Amino acid sequence: MGELLLMKGNEAIGEAAIRAGCQAYFAYPITPQNELGEYLARRMPEESRVFLQAESEVAAINMVYGAAGAGARAMTSSSSPGISLKQEGISYIAAAELPCVIVNMVRGGPGLGSIQPAQSDYFQATKGGGHGDYRLIVFGPSTIQELVDLTGLAFELADKYRNPVMILGDGALGQMMEPVEFPAMDEVTLPLKPWATTGMKGRPQNVINSLHLDPEDLDRHNAHLQEKYRAIARQEVRYELENQDADYFLVAYGTTARVARNAMHKAQGEGHRVGLIRPVTLWPFPDAAFAKVLDRARAFLTVEMSAGQMVEDVRLAVNGRAPVHFYGRTGGVIPSQQEIYEALIKIIQGGEKA
Amino acid sequence: MKQLFGPPRALQERPTHYCPGCTHGIIHRLIAEVIDELGVQEKTIGIAPVGCSVFAYDYFNVDMQQAAHGRAPAVATGIKRVLPDRVVFAYQGDGDLASIGAAEIIHAASRGEKITVIFVNNTLYGMTGGQMAPTTLLTQKTTTSPLGRKEGQHGFPLKITEMLALAAGAAYVARVSVHNPTHIARTRKSILEAFKTQIAGRGFSIVEVLSTCPTNWGLSPLESLKWLEENMIPFYPLGVLKAPGGEGMK
Repeated sequence: MGELLLMKGNEAIGEAAIRAGCQAYFAYPITPQNELGEYLARRMPEESRVFLQAESEVAAINMVYGAAGAGARAMTSSSSPGISLKQEGISYIAAAELPCVIVNMVRGGPGLGSIQPAQSDYFQATKGGGHGDYRLIVFGPSTIQELVDLTGLAFELADKYRNPVMILGDGALGQMMEPVEFPAMDEVTLPLKPWATTGMKGRPQNVINSLHLDPEDLDRHNAHLQEKYRAIARQEVRYELENQDADYFLVAYGTTARVARNAMHKAQGEGHRVGLIRPVTLWPFPDAAFAKVLDRARAFLTVEMSAGQMVEDVRLAVNGRAPVHFYGRTGGVIPSQQEIYEALIKIIQGGEKA
Repeated sequence: MKQLFGPPRALQERPTHYCPGCTHGIIHRLIAEVIDELGVQEKTIGIAPVGCSVFAYDYFNVDMQQAAHGRAPAVATGIKRVLPDRVVFAYQGDGDLASIGAAEIIHAASRGEKITVIFVNNTLYGMTGGQMAPTTLLTQKTTTSPLGRKEGQHGFPLKITEMLALAAGAAYVARVSVHNPTHIARTRKSILEAFKTQIAGRGFSIVEVLSTCPTNWGLSPLESLKWLEENMIPFYPLGVLKAPGGEGMK
């Protein structure tokens, strides 16, 4: 057990990225993720690594494209409106198969919205926010320690699959403080990247590209990408399943999962058999967790800080074998334990139709 | 027998997709000659833009990245910041650089990124079929200014290279042309100076090259060279706008 430090979520991601061997970070200010850029503005130069504040989110993601294509572990971060601006670059990065990490500390939307926590970018993150058929690996951490652990894993999987990885946090996770433990410095061995554009000394030309004008060629490239996504879906699903033998299941990720767990405990205290499915990977979505409980589950209640986005994946996973209910708050409102408890009890008492 | 002349090593030998009379080929060759002369082929990374020169990675025999429309200076920045001892150049057209990529080019220049940008200005969007660009001259007809560019309706042509010369981070800024052999030789010299400026770590360097588009101008290759000389050069004057240690050649 190493040293425990009390840290804010945004700063913890920054330190975790450094421990994971992040060599370049490209910033642009937007609330509620500014502490991440500010932290790395101090820490990256201390470690002789690249920190650069770009002129826009558009430029920042394209700097990530260049740095990742040149073989560096690269990261950028933003919050919802800024992530929308990065979508062009993310599509190019996915198409050119460049490894990188993108952090979205989600705030209320649409439009300029609010600066309070939300989960309303789930569709954008998991269904391909930019153009074309592509997937990001998407993590939905729910504690600061998990933010740290998943940041390390994000860099590892990005390199393993040559694919962008998104950490889908929310304003609450970014701002709150919890005790965390970091992996040691210099624990990471950076993989060789023979495909990177580092200058062609001793080898033929390397090209980083997403243009395939010949339809058959682009069809083959898409088939290759889809094969990779299927491999990721087979190997990288992560979730937490609590109280597997329950009759009713709450489904929630991130900050909302913490509140949902409290609501579950309250209901259990009153004798109800309630469990919790907490997806850790939002893509690939943990269908396997549902398969484990579908034989006896009587209903599911999905709780989100959105108007209902992940609930669509829950319905696909449940596939009509049990009712799937939804409770959500938007605009930056975090659902309370009592609200979730009451929504759950209505379902248990049979007063609520899916 | 000693070979005195041949294709540059930094160019690949393959047929060109450029239209007859297009000057991209000349400009590609000049860049490759400069890379050869400086002996930096194995440490150079080029950026291909969106536009007719999107296939630049098929012609240059150096490592290449293809960038989204207008974003080449940001991509170049990312590469150069993580590989500061390499030579990084971006190749961009006027729609790419002066319109959609205006923010990226201005801030790369302002930060003094140690990259070289070759800015090929043919006054319109070539790849998409000849639409108006910020660089289109007044009265010039394009497919989106079919009656000629009018200042009241379409705005004025933009001299973005003059703007870039104002940036403190810009070390070498020049405008050249490839309409005749004398000017092709001057273009080569400017590209060489721009690369040397980068390698010496003096800051951002850019060479605007006035270029032709016979296909979309509706002119023959020869008429196009004449049109460039008579119409473009009076509005886009040639010369070195800024060079390390002084104004440089005029």
